Amino acid sequence: MTAASRIMRALLPLALGVAVLLVWEAVVAAYDIPRFVLPAPSAIWQALISDFPSLMASLWTTLRITLLAFVLAVASGVALAVLFSQSRIIEMALYPYAVVLQVTPVVAIAPLIIIWVGFERIDLALLILAWLVAFFPILSNTTLGLRSADHNLIDLFRLHGASNWQILRRLRLPSALPYLLNGMKTAGGLALIGTVVAEYGAGSGTATGLAWRIIEAGNRLQIARMFAALFLLALLGVTIFFALALLEYMVLRHWHESAVAKDI
Amino acid sequence: MSVVARLRRVERSFPNGVNALGPLDLDIAGGEFVSLLGPSGCGKSTALRIIAELLIPTGGELVWPQGKPRIGFVFQDPTLMPWAIIRDNVRLPLDLESVPRAEANARAEAALKRVGLEGFSGAYPRVLSGGMRMRASIARALVARPQLLLMDEPFAALDEISRDALNEDLLRLWREDGLTIVFVTHSVYESTFLSTRILTLTPRPGRIASEIRPVAPPARTSEWRLTGEFALAAREVSLSLRNAMAKAA
Repeated sequence: MTAASRIMRALLPLALGVAVLLVWEAVVAAYDIPRFVLPAPSAIWQALISDFPSLMASLWTTLRITLLAFVLAVASGVALAVLFSQSRIIEMALYPYAVVLQVTPVVAIAPLIIIWVGFERIDLALLILAWLVAFFPILSNTTLGLRSADHNLIDLFRLHGASNWQILRRLRLPSALPYLLNGMKTAGGLALIGTVVAEYGAGSGTATGLAWRIIEAGNRLQIARMFAALFLLALLGVTIFFALALLEYMVLRHWHESAVAKDI
Repeated sequence: MSVVARLRRVERSFPNGVNALGPLDLDIAGGEFVSLLGPSGCGKSTALRIIAELLIPTGGELVWPQGKPRIGFVFQDPTLMPWAIIRDNVRLPLDLESVPRAEANARAEAALKRVGLEGFSGAYPRVLSGGMRMRASIARALVARPQLLLMDEPFAALDEISRDALNEDLLRLWREDGLTIVFVTHSVYESTFLSTRILTLTPRPGRIASEIRPVAPPARTSEWRLTGEFALAAREVSLSLRNAMAKAA
């Protein structure tokens, strides 16, 4: 890519965004649209500034649960995938249940989990729900990756007397890395969605994350505040995605076809 | 010459009972360069995997009259680990045998030098050409100092120029190390140039159709490849292969 096209790639969406904001502002002013229907971007900005401390506290609550759920999902997903790769029987027994957990909508399980865990430990309930959503892409991607190790290389390892542990550590895990990193990009977004949906499920003021701010602002017709919380939520999602994409690039840039620079 | 490996009526059949290979009787003597020459699907790779003990024969047996030798294996593809630099790839057999890191690194560098890859030890496999990757793969097979080197159509995917250069280098390594090599190929010219003994195999099930010991000067060189003598030797191998096909049909 040339320098000029690189700059265009950054500038074009930015310019479009600014243009949309300007039109939005002008339309709201011109047609005198009420604030509780569609607030102008400037009003949203004001809400963001005036409610900054409470919004940041909520952002932190949501972020904390999202990150924790994500880390737990990666750890447990990889651990279970490794277990599957070592024992076909365990895989056959457990995999269908992992699928059942995945396909059951988190909104439907949320009330049950919240009742079981209890409102006094709502953070734990949110964590479990977000983990449930984020777990599966890690498990399925890593399982696929562990299986995709080169068969000739496995033979070579065996020829030189490698143990199963050596094959796992030196061959299967590195082979699975691109798959795991891809699964992590999906899981990062899903952990956030899981947290937000769980906050909605918990409702009624017990949760204090961004989703609750949105519900609360909606109930009070503070639409500008609602937009501000929504904006932060989107920003959080985008940040998580790009952080994981960067991690993927850093880890794979020397050797994986998906990440190497097409410089020749 | 003493027998290093002996195959006694070795057979391998598919799960559906169709016989893919054998029965095969074959003695491999120390210091030989044996080529298994045959069409695709004749089971020559299967025979090689049985010798490497990566496959268990469904009939017959594999015997090591002098005990199991150290075995090196080279695949058709270089099969390098893309995430590891060339030196670490070459070091792999030593790592698996828990050779101390410093010694293993020194041996890996020495092996790379022998195949003409000095200066590339820090490169990732993807930046190397096909021929260079195959050289790295051969270095990896040699680093553990094998007595028996098994090669499964190692140069089939390479261009002719790289292939000729690698053939000559392989002969040099074979002589220097006193290796015993079993080399699977479907190239008449390659087997004529390299081998002290060529076994042609019939199509499925692969059986030995003929045995040829090509007349070869002590030092086979690129010049020899251009002589009428080489052309005649290749012709003999080619005719023998044709007879093997005819026998099967």
